[in-house]
Amino acid sequence: MTTLTAPAAPAQERTQWQLARRRFLRHRLAVAGLGVLAVLLIGCFGADVIAPYERGVQDLILGPTPPSAAHWFGTDELGRDYLTELLYAGRISLAIGLSVAVLATAMGTALGAAAGFFGGWVDEIIMRVTDLFIVLPAIVVLAVVLQGAGRSPAVIVPVLAAIGWTTVARVVRGQVLSLREKEYVSAATVLGVTRRRIIVRHILPNLTGVIAVSTSLGAASAVIVESTLSFLGYGVQPPESSWGNLLSQAAGLIGTGKVYLLYFPGLFILLTALAINFLGDGLRDAFDPKGGRP
Amino acid sequence: MFAYVGRRLLYSVPVVLIASFLLFWAVRTTFDPLAKLRGGQDQGAIARMTEVLGLDRSIPEQYWRWLTQFVTGDWGVSSRTAGSVHGLILPALGTTLQLIVWGVLAAALIALAVGVYSAVRQYSAGDLAFTGLSYLGVAMPPFWLGLILIQVLAAWPQEILGLADPPLYFVGLHSAQGGGPLDYLRHLVLPVLTLTVGLVASWSRFTRTTMLDALSSEYVRTARAKGVPRGRIVVRHALRTSLGPFVSITAVDAGLLFGGLVVTEQIFAIQGMGRLFLDSLLAGDVFVLVPWTLVIAVVVIVFNLLADIAYAVLDPRVRLR
Repeated sequence: MTTLTAPAAPAQERTQWQLARRRFLRHRLAVAGLGVLAVLLIGCFGADVIAPYERGVQDLILGPTPPSAAHWFGTDELGRDYLTELLYAGRISLAIGLSVAVLATAMGTALGAAAGFFGGWVDEIIMRVTDLFIVLPAIVVLAVVLQGAGRSPAVIVPVLAAIGWTTVARVVRGQVLSLREKEYVSAATVLGVTRRRIIVRHILPNLTGVIAVSTSLGAASAVIVESTLSFLGYGVQPPESSWGNLLSQAAGLIGTGKVYLLYFPGLFILLTALAINFLGDGLRDAFDPKGGRP
Repeated sequence: MFAYVGRRLLYSVPVVLIASFLLFWAVRTTFDPLAKLRGGQDQGAIARMTEVLGLDRSIPEQYWRWLTQFVTGDWGVSSRTAGSVHGLILPALGTTLQLIVWGVLAAALIALAVGVYSAVRQYSAGDLAFTGLSYLGVAMPPFWLGLILIQVLAAWPQEILGLADPPLYFVGLHSAQGGGPLDYLRHLVLPVLTLTVGLVASWSRFTRTTMLDALSSEYVRTARAKGVPRGRIVVRHALRTSLGPFVSITAVDAGLLFGGLVVTEQIFAIQGMGRLFLDSLLAGDVFVLVPWTLVIAVVVIVFNLLADIAYAVLDPRVRLR
């Protein structure tokens, strides 16, 4: 008997996390996305070491040149190496994207879980607030607030998060509503487990997948929204630079020989958003218990 | 159904009122409506305008005053152009509705076609290509796409073929000297493309999923067993059931569409609601911004309501109560 049961034992001992990690690693695009994102993060935040030229060094005699062996991504109108500028700009873009995602997910999870778990007037108030943001286009709210409050990253991040949390809250609320009715929650309630402990031990762990996915999707959309705001004149202001801000400076170069300055910042944003979206897909599959045997 | 429509409209009134009050409050506290006058030395004019606009009262009082005038048809005067707000918003709304109608129509048709194809030929080369494209479409910054489209579809062809005009225009919706339907079409293609690529990407994925569900359902198997032709199964049985959820997702994205409009109208210099918003915001024109928000909110709500009704019409199991 013992020889028959022994081989099955290791599979049963795997924790949820190990199962999730296995499923994630099988998702090739997600692993590729993680790799690309890692390269971008290292490139941008390690720009002091990695960047081929020193930041902001102008070469007015050289001026704008198309991509070449010396300057892979060309040089901008002041003769600055464009790759270097892009790496430093990426710091702000990525930092905004990641911090907005974390902040929005934290707010959304807390409020969505409260709405779903407590129901009643708490639910009513929180859901009516999310309704407001369906009626008011996000970009309008953003522009009005940023026009009034200034346009530094310290303002942009909380404002983007203040809008982003509503989506997370709706998803988390739905999830909590269905979890609340599960037998093991009823069982815990009957056993006299405190509400606080039920939330922390029984509800939150089941939300890991939703939270991971919404953080990643939130980061991708924050990077794109920041660039859109920059284009409309409400993003990060020079001399600070972000990809969106480089892109909006290059917007007038269509039909000229310098149009390559328009391509690269957009490609960086596209690559970042793609990598993060693939990562999100992988996380969703990894945390889905129905996602097949790893 | 009329009772349902009535109740839904009634429910949305407080949402619209709160949204407009918040905006009124935000704009009034961040902007000075008399900024233009403060530059001059005319103290009398400032006092007069403060009196006329009621700026010495509390914000809720000012809001109430504005609201009562608004609902009685007096939309006030823009502080930016000194023209009537009515005359600014209505033509802009007309222009924007053209973009929305063509955009939603094009996006829905393309998304349905792509989604149905991808579901029927799941995992074929075409399906994989569309999947890849939809990932790109979702991850693309919309305004960058618009600029690239101008470069690729207008600037390059004009340069390479040596044309006097670009094959597709990228300024406004009509040529200055007018022009027929062809001229309109040449203006419309690029903005509509810019507006819809993201929508097509997400809607076609959605259609693919619902179509796959429908195609693996029991009633489709039954129809197949009865010997119903394949094309008829896809259209009459599967597509028919997928249309309901499709309509409701288009309504959810209506708000998104307005965000896209602001960008699209800015790129293509189209004088619609998006441009009006940016111009008014830059000038701090509260007398345009607040009615603007109300009009947009009403459009979004009507859009959602129409989608719910369409859902009930498409799916007889759904009852509007």
